[in-house]
Amino acid sequence: MTIAEPAAATWRHRHLVDVDQLSRTEIERCLDLAVELRARRERGDLGDAARSLTGEVVGLAFYEGSTRTRVSFELAAKALGATTVDLSVSGSSVAKGETLIDTLRTLERTGVTIAVLRHAASGAPYLVARETGLRIVNAGDGLHAHPTQALLDAVTLREALGGSLQDRVLTIVGDVAHSRVARSNLHLLTRLGARVRVCGPLPWIVGFDGWPGVAVTTNLGDALDGADAVMALRVQLERAAASGVSSLHEYTARWGLDDERMTRARPAAPVLHPGPTNQGVELTAALANGPRSLIGRQVRNGVPVRMAVLSLVAGARVTG
Amino acid sequence: MTGSATTVSRGSRFGSRADAPCTLLVRGARVIDPAAGTDAIGDLAIHDGRLVDPAGMPADAPVLDATGLLAAPGLCDLHVHLREPGGEGAETIDSGTQAAAHGGFTTVCAMPNTDPPLDEPARVAYVLSRSEAAAAEVRIIAAATRGRAGESLTDVGALAAHGIVGVSDDGAALPTARLARQALLALAPLGLPLIEHAEEPTLAAGTLMRAGPTATRLGLVGWPPSAELIVVERDIALAAETGARVHFTHLSTSAALDAIRRAKARGLPVTCDVSPHHLAFTDAWVAGDRRFSWEVDDAPGAAFGGALDPELAYDGACRVNPPLASRSDALALLAGVADGSVDAIATDHAPHPPERKSVELPAAAPGIAGLETALSLGLAAAAAGRLTLAQLFSALSSRPAALIGAERSLAAGAVADLVLVDPEARWTVSPETLAGRSANTPLLGRSLPGVVRLTVAAGRITFDATGGAPAP
Repeated sequence: MTIAEPAAATWRHRHLVDVDQLSRTEIERCLDLAVELRARRERGDLGDAARSLTGEVVGLAFYEGSTRTRVSFELAAKALGATTVDLSVSGSSVAKGETLIDTLRTLERTGVTIAVLRHAASGAPYLVARETGLRIVNAGDGLHAHPTQALLDAVTLREALGGSLQDRVLTIVGDVAHSRVARSNLHLLTRLGARVRVCGPLPWIVGFDGWPGVAVTTNLGDALDGADAVMALRVQLERAAASGVSSLHEYTARWGLDDERMTRARPAAPVLHPGPTNQGVELTAALANGPRSLIGRQVRNGVPVRMAVLSLVAGARVTG
Repeated sequence: MTGSATTVSRGSRFGSRADAPCTLLVRGARVIDPAAGTDAIGDLAIHDGRLVDPAGMPADAPVLDATGLLAAPGLCDLHVHLREPGGEGAETIDSGTQAAAHGGFTTVCAMPNTDPPLDEPARVAYVLSRSEAAAAEVRIIAAATRGRAGESLTDVGALAAHGIVGVSDDGAALPTARLARQALLALAPLGLPLIEHAEEPTLAAGTLMRAGPTATRLGLVGWPPSAELIVVERDIALAAETGARVHFTHLSTSAALDAIRRAKARGLPVTCDVSPHHLAFTDAWVAGDRRFSWEVDDAPGAAFGGALDPELAYDGACRVNPPLASRSDALALLAGVADGSVDAIATDHAPHPPERKSVELPAAAPGIAGLETALSLGLAAAAAGRLTLAQLFSALSSRPAALIGAERSLAAGAVADLVLVDPEARWTVSPETLAGRSANTPLLGRSLPGVVRLTVAAGRITFDATGGAPAP
């Protein structure tokens, strides 16, 4: 079986900054490669993929705290045979005020070939891509994009919904305005043919009504009505008051997901969450741990999706 | 000659206001004199720095064939940052006034946010003395509050004795209505304006670009137009109450312009300027779009589609306060220039070195270097049918000059103060073709119409790219 050869052949991107740079075909090939790599990983034999990043040095430049994303990138890179370098923010020159570009140029000079970058400033990966020779994989920039999260959500959703998202109705509930996960998902899901609804307090959804293929409502019942799948976003506790949502209690009362409210959606419609969850705030523990929940599958898809992305960005050939 | 030996094009040279007055016969230019309401092919005779009747010129006076060139009064910029003292790495009085001369400007009004700020008479006098031999006339806008701290007013009476043209805490509005009212009461008897950067600080805090679809897509916190309108309406109310002049600089929203139109209709002493980048660029430039406001005809939702241009997206060169306008506001502001409700085009020339621009957007210094591209952008708008040449030169020369008590005339008897520009010729913006010390503009690499051939300030040639024809 040859899964990735055609993908590598048509992949023309040195960087993965956001899903918006990918065609539907490229997205689907990336998802297919992730599924293939997941299967190999689960049977304990990656085959030639285990050496596909030999010689590459992956720098993990996380300027914001992250555990699961950083760990899954590190596991993905190592599984493919790359060396990894961890740029931890505290104790490095970052803490001494060195600029982002200076730090990344230094990484490049010391042999790093691919930088996995997480940064608090929207757009930071474009700057690094312009100003250095590194290949960049965006692991989350400000409020802008988190493409590998969206890709792993898509792998998960595609399998749960029978192989295609075409004309499916997907509802995203929460602080869309401050969510890079939501933005990348809006690009990705609409490119895969889904119709997307976003729902939450007005300050958290304002401005998204102009996005083609996206409908906006503050009414949770309307947003859930007949939905094929529902994604809850993490409520940032400190953001609620700052953006005009009076309390978490108010949020949960009006927009919190539970099994009762989910009956408005299609029967057995699954629930996703990018994690970490605030159980009891954006969704109940019963829902997060119940039969509708795909949260465990999302996590399981994290490493294979990042393996797929790293191989594609590295231009690696993975054959069966 | 002053300052560095900058050459912006082959064979060009800079002069200064300390040079000898020039004598030159300019033949066959299209002479546009907005104050006189004239626009005709004709000759301009300059003798010892004054415009004279061509019949009275010496027989051996040098002659410049100006066929195909526009001749207009020298441009007057109400808003520049010369960065001296304290910011000489970005610009100096010499380099900034050479940039002005290259852009066709003969007068620039320098903002006081230097280090130290221009909040005391001695500091104003220092900058004026440093600019005596500069390539453009420098007028001073003094700080409205001491240290630009927004707390206590400067001594406007003492500053006025040094010839300031107004006061401003540019970079921010006066923070409270009470302080703004006190400033206007101090300014009213002097006849000087408060020059306001109209921006309500709590609404502007943390924003990086204009609110709208592009900001939503890019995940950048958006600046709401109400931030400008609130201060404009506040200050209009205070102008009505105190009788003092208020000038709103770098206006960026149609709502605020409408408020100013209403104030003018009431006869209030309220004026405004708009920068070239708020007329020609749009908020979509932050996402990498580089079409001028008048070139865009996108379907709704276009801001969300397609891939961003990785070479141009989130470019620090596009960060400016107030932020680049929506397309509809940019076009409304252009219409305001055309109908005269915008009094002037002022550049807000804000030079910054690369290390303050090639950084993450929140770390980027706000501002665009604009002295050398303003006329070209105006000519591009005129070529697109958005302005007449009379409207353009009125907004760039005679009307801003009138606001600072200066005259601009191409009639015989006047001091020669003019620009000759080839509206059809094009040039490419680059660090090498800019005389200013900083090249922070999103126009780098772009070809623009409008090449300045000659600038004459107060009778002296300050920029000459005629190829050496005139030998004064």
